[in-house]
Amino acid sequence: MTEEPWLDQANNTPLVQIRGVSKKFGDVTAVDNVDLDIYQGELFCLLGGSGCGKTTLLRMLAGFEFPNSGSISIGGQDMSTVPAYERPTNMMFQSYALFPHMSVERNIAFGLQQDRMPKGEIADRVHEILKLVELQDFKKRKPQQLSGGQRQRVALARALVKEPRLLLLDEPLAALDKKLRKQTQFELANIQEQVGVTFIVVTHDQEEAMTLSTRMAVMDAGRFQQIGTPTEIYEFPQSRFVADFIGSANILQGRVTEDSADHVRVDTELGEIYIDHGQQVSTGSQIWVGLRPEKITVSKSAPETPGPNQCKGVVDDIGYLGEVSIYKIRLDSGTIIDATAPNRIRPMSRTHAITWEDEVYLSWEPSSPMLLNT
Amino acid sequence: MTDIAPSGSRPQRSPLDRLSHWFQTNWRKIVIAVPFFWLLLFFLAPFFIVAKISLAELRISSPPFTEMIEWTGDGVMTIRLVFDNFIFIMEDSLYVNTYLNSLKISVTSTLICLLFGYPIAYGIVRSGPVAKPVLLFLVILPFWTSFLLRVYAWMGLLSDQGTINNLLIYIGLIDEPIRMLYTEFAVYIGIVYTYLPFMILPLYANMERLDMSLNEAAADLGSKPMNTFFRVTLPLTIPGIVAGSLLVFIPATGEYVIPDLLGGGNVQMIGRVLFNEFSLNTDWPVACAVAVVLLFLLVLPIILFQYFQGKAAEAP
Amino acid sequence: MQGTRSRFLTVMITLGMAFFYIPMILLVIYSFNYSRIVPVWGGWSTRWYEVLFFESPEVWAAVRLSLQIAFVNATCAVIIGTLAALAMVRFGRFRGRTLFGGMLVAPLVMPEVITGISLLVLFITLQQLVGWPAERGFTTITIAHITFSLAYVAITVQARLTGMGQDLEEAASDLGAKPFKVLTAITIPRLTPALVSGWLLAFTLSLDDLVIASFVTGPGANTLPILIFSRIRLGLRPDINALATIIILVVAVCVAIAALIMYRQHKRDLRDEQLAERGGG
Repeated sequence: MTEEPWLDQANNTPLVQIRGVSKKFGDVTAVDNVDLDIYQGELFCLLGGSGCGKTTLLRMLAGFEFPNSGSISIGGQDMSTVPAYERPTNMMFQSYALFPHMSVERNIAFGLQQDRMPKGEIADRVHEILKLVELQDFKKRKPQQLSGGQRQRVALARALVKEPRLLLLDEPLAALDKKLRKQTQFELANIQEQVGVTFIVVTHDQEEAMTLSTRMAVMDAGRFQQIGTPTEIYEFPQSRFVADFIGSANILQGRVTEDSADHVRVDTELGEIYIDHGQQVSTGSQIWVGLRPEKITVSKSAPETPGPNQCKGVVDDIGYLGEVSIYKIRLDSGTIIDATAPNRIRPMSRTHAITWEDEVYLSWEPSSPMLLNT
Repeated sequence: MTDIAPSGSRPQRSPLDRLSHWFQTNWRKIVIAVPFFWLLLFFLAPFFIVAKISLAELRISSPPFTEMIEWTGDGVMTIRLVFDNFIFIMEDSLYVNTYLNSLKISVTSTLICLLFGYPIAYGIVRSGPVAKPVLLFLVILPFWTSFLLRVYAWMGLLSDQGTINNLLIYIGLIDEPIRMLYTEFAVYIGIVYTYLPFMILPLYANMERLDMSLNEAAADLGSKPMNTFFRVTLPLTIPGIVAGSLLVFIPATGEYVIPDLLGGGNVQMIGRVLFNEFSLNTDWPVACAVAVVLLFLLVLPIILFQYFQGKAAEAP
Repeated sequence: MQGTRSRFLTVMITLGMAFFYIPMILLVIYSFNYSRIVPVWGGWSTRWYEVLFFESPEVWAAVRLSLQIAFVNATCAVIIGTLAALAMVRFGRFRGRTLFGGMLVAPLVMPEVITGISLLVLFITLQQLVGWPAERGFTTITIAHITFSLAYVAITVQARLTGMGQDLEEAASDLGAKPFKVLTAITIPRLTPALVSGWLLAFTLSLDDLVIASFVTGPGANTLPILIFSRIRLGLRPDINALATIIILVVAVCVAIAALIMYRQHKRDLRDEQLAERGGG
């Protein structure tokens, strides 16, 4: 088996196959005819705002909801009639759902007891998993006697101890404070690597999705907007929605003036944009171009040679964020373009500093602009 | 999955096993069926029997009423519906006046409970973190002591030689005892005393959920306390007012013990008439007809209460 | 916004509490009155307690009958009421749910005289049709009490079930527990506080009921309220004051125990919180 089967989809069978799945609650369509393959060993993130259908999809995988149409199979087995308690999946709940009347140990053993595993073996497995999440000293405690971070680890251990083929995590880090969340992100990815179980994580936090996932899906209104690796999604978004949802982007309307195998030219408000790679567009068509603020260089001196990928504007506003500053540049047309620049020099020194109402020049690399079809 | 033993080793499952298997597969049906049939048999069915008897005639026999369906000699079935009982109730001014008097007393008592219960509930909500649970506890506590004895306590207070009269004579306010026990006044006292907690608790539950920062917001926008109360607090507590009023009004209308003990024979309420019709006169058809009319009067408030209760139960 | 009640509200609360408790305090004081005429003070005495304890076997027979009925009633009402609450909250839609919900709430507000009369005619009809119940008394009173008590239990349990959410049950199911196992291992233990308060409520309601029991009882089966009522109908009686005092005392002791248990629980919660904070992440 290849190391990363999702990068070689032609030669690998997916672990999870979702085919044309829809789910309605009354008149509301929560999940709308989605297809998705997830491969062994992946840490797959479902990213989207609230009400986009990501949690419903996860609950259908767990068996708490059943699709109105379409099919889900896990490990080649059709799941349409399999109840939650017979599925090879386990879930880590957003609330953790730890049983308050059971100790940490008994919480973790609960799932193994349901499989009628011998007592000695249960004890061994519980001991091992407690070691993995570093909670050996807390096994006799009740959930309400644990801190938030500890509860999170008990929830993870309880779901992992059954060695599921697929682990479903619903906003696993949402209940933690910001600092702990960052630290736990890496822990979670480490544990996943150690145990080798396939993870599907639902999150609304794009940073979390970018850090954790091997691949991710951006969801909106019950559909997938784009599926890909974090780099693909950030660098090559296919739609305005994705470009805007992940990170930030200046989005401009334009018309394709030249379309060849290795480059594309688009006419926009920023003048001519030259893109040094080919893409599926046709000459003369209306299109959108996205430009990430951090990929725009702001300078007070005019570029040496005139050409594409540059334009002139006036500094309308500056937002100082510490590590970077955001410049709001007003073009002649009145449109505002965002550009960010790292504060390598303390802005107080003012020697080169760009300030309000300065006339500035914007430029970017020909590899940077992103062509957006919709 | 664990049952891997060859079938020969366990030739037959024990009855207990089979019972447990049957239970495992059918328990959801059992969970619904047990309370459902209990209520059908002991709550709903009796009403139909009452309705049936109310349409029968008094007969000196056991049971003391005629059958609705009778088989005459040639296998001919006759259905006898006698509306005489209802006509009798409607034409007899005793019954009509008793119904009206019951409604008058229960409506007035409900208003008095609301008048006193509302500020008490509001005061408890506005109390400090120590006083609040104590006060709430003091309101609930009477529920756990005997209702009958609480009414009895008022007999001691209100009688001619009772505590109140003794006190008033002692301080020289009156010379002769005032007649309070066995009057309508005593009945009002008894009903308000018994049902005031039923008014306070739903109001408290409603007010407790109110966001107190709404009052601050209103004050911040220049509203004086009185204005804030009438335009912000009062409209938001209407669900509590409705629930509390119905919880007082409905049982008070059919009240039997309070008019009997505190009103004596001087205050006619329908619950008492119904009880006496049954136990003293043993006129079952008329008693059942009285019950049917009472239920008819209360059916709208009861449905209203169920509607609110259902909404409260479904809310998260 | 805590502890910000106006003077008017404080006065109303004080009046309300005085209204609630002064009659009961007087009831207790007069139980120690020597005089046969209750409101006329004849000096301190425990005479009426002696009458009650040594010369009133019928009172203690009634107490025993009432306690037996209350115990059986509370136990059955908790079982049936909990099943009803589970059906209403956890089973989604089923045929007859609206009717079921209606029948479950109606006993809460149904005037007692109506419930009483209708149960009596039911028992008589049943007796003629199937010969059961052969006589009225313990069984018929208990059945009548279960019928209205189960509604109170169902309301209590329903509130708790709704508040609990379904996360824990889903988690158990996800870990491989079959539905019935989820019920016994997760739902029922989580419901314990509601079941206890439901049981106590049903027990008290049964002990307190006069009207319904009067309708469905038969000759010779006198519950405590029936006995008390038959005596106080004719006027004030000092031995009833003594009996009332004993009842108030028993209730007060039970309430104190309950308060102590709740206080302990509260302290345990606080300790857990501290442990959780010190535990660190």
